[in-house]
Amino acid sequence: MENQIFELQYAMDTFYFLVCGALVMWMAAGFSMLEAGLVRSKNTTEILTKNVALFAVSCTMYLVCGYAIMYGGGYFLSGIAGGDTLVADALAASAEAGFDGGSVYSGASDFFFQVVFVATAMSIVSGAVAERMKLWAFLAFAVVMTGFIYPMEGAWTWGGASVFGMFTLGDLGFSDFAGSGIVHMAGAAAALAGVLLLGARKGKYAADGTARAIPGANLPLATLGMFILWMGWFGFNGGSVLKLGDIANANAVAMVFLNTNAAASGGLIAALITARLLFGKADLTMALNGALAGLVAITAEPSTPTALEATLFGGLGGILVVFSIVFLDKIKIDDPVGAISVHGTCGLLGLLLVPITNDGSSFSGQIIGALTIFIWVFVTSFIVWMVLKAVLGIRVSEEEEDQGVDISECGLEAYPEFTK
Amino acid sequence: MKLVTAIIKPFKLDDAREALSEIGVQGITVTEVKGFGRQKGHTELYRGAEYVVDFLPKVKIEVAIGDDLLDQTLEAITKAANTGKIGDGKIFVADLTQVIRIRTGETGEAAV
Repeated sequence: MENQIFELQYAMDTFYFLVCGALVMWMAAGFSMLEAGLVRSKNTTEILTKNVALFAVSCTMYLVCGYAIMYGGGYFLSGIAGGDTLVADALAASAEAGFDGGSVYSGASDFFFQVVFVATAMSIVSGAVAERMKLWAFLAFAVVMTGFIYPMEGAWTWGGASVFGMFTLGDLGFSDFAGSGIVHMAGAAAALAGVLLLGARKGKYAADGTARAIPGANLPLATLGMFILWMGWFGFNGGSVLKLGDIANANAVAMVFLNTNAAASGGLIAALITARLLFGKADLTMALNGALAGLVAITAEPSTPTALEATLFGGLGGILVVFSIVFLDKIKIDDPVGAISVHGTCGLLGLLLVPITNDGSSFSGQIIGALTIFIWVFVTSFIVWMVLKAVLGIRVSEEEEDQGVDISECGLEAYPEFTK
Repeated sequence: MKLVTAIIKPFKLDDAREALSEIGVQGITVTEVKGFGRQKGHTELYRGAEYVVDFLPKVKIEVAIGDDLLDQTLEAITKAANTGKIGDGKIFVADLTQVIRIRTGETGEAAV
């Protein structure tokens, strides 16, 4: 009887993991639509190509070596299907863990859940370098980022490994529940390194240095993208509980869903009001970024805050993201979709908010963790971008940029007219 | 009075607008258009098969000016829109028989 219940619990936790993984996979659609909406129509096909290709590259590279670097086990996921004693092993582990102990689920479901996070981190980069980066240089970077850079910092954090044998982040009181720092800030750090080497889009800055707006072509798509991301985030944060199969964890999952939703709402409201006060108009793109900022801010710890705290944390993210976008524009870091502000600035905010509600973490641990992730990802990315710049070139020519990268990179317009 | 119609490359619009403001042109009308000239179209690829794009995107600027501004206007547009490459566009000049400012009812040179 007890074994049957353990089997059911195993099945339920595995099923929960897979469903959450599928939800996070859907975030790839969210990023695609958000980015397609916020670029100009002449760059639509290319940004979509980047998004679909980076997802496939991420999944493949994480399968080849990323997962092994991050969590151990063999390259090419050898052995992940489980041996002949799979059922007996799982039952023994379940009996040992009991009903309120560690998570027991299929190894393959763990890979499936983890792999979609890698793709999320990489999606952040594509938005920031949009409209001017060469397609193939970007994909070459994706190979290194998802096969090595991200798995290394993932090993130090969720993997529990020590940082080059110097210190272990977990012991210092570092806690990042679903990846404000590990996924979002890491993606933003790689993006920032790329943008610094790439430069601003042509026409973004006037001769006197003032920033010009380059409006996105399709705000309905951007809005749809935001909602898809919001929905996918329930898998992102909810799945990071890692377990559903008992009362305590079921409640934890419910709280995480509730807080994730509350933070997104808080972020959107705060950004909308901030934009209204700052610019005098209700800026939809800021509202969209506000919701995402709230989601990023709560991702580091969605399980311990109360619903009100989650709303306020999200609201802080929503206010911060508006100022961050304006500030980055001023210092000539051209980020067409605001990805560095949403995921980097608010990712850091999320990490720093954790110790307020989670006694298991400390401010010093969070700061050291944030620095470790940022420095590692930024420096290694910078080197990779530099090499790519020297070998392939990372930026399209001025003429190609004027004409739109759809034609020069993909030879295909998103909205062809008068063709035969 | 003259009506100057210029077809130029889209990304040269800002330059042309600035050049025209500088010489004192009071207003222009801009339309996104498509067409072909000597540059012809180009071929694109869809599922491995080629298709022809006969008409390329251009911007059409229309400027109504007094006769005294004509030479300056033509020079400003020519200079601003020139890249030296095929497809830079053309300028057409036509006589303008009457201009009326709707708000005040002014006519002729005063309304330009």
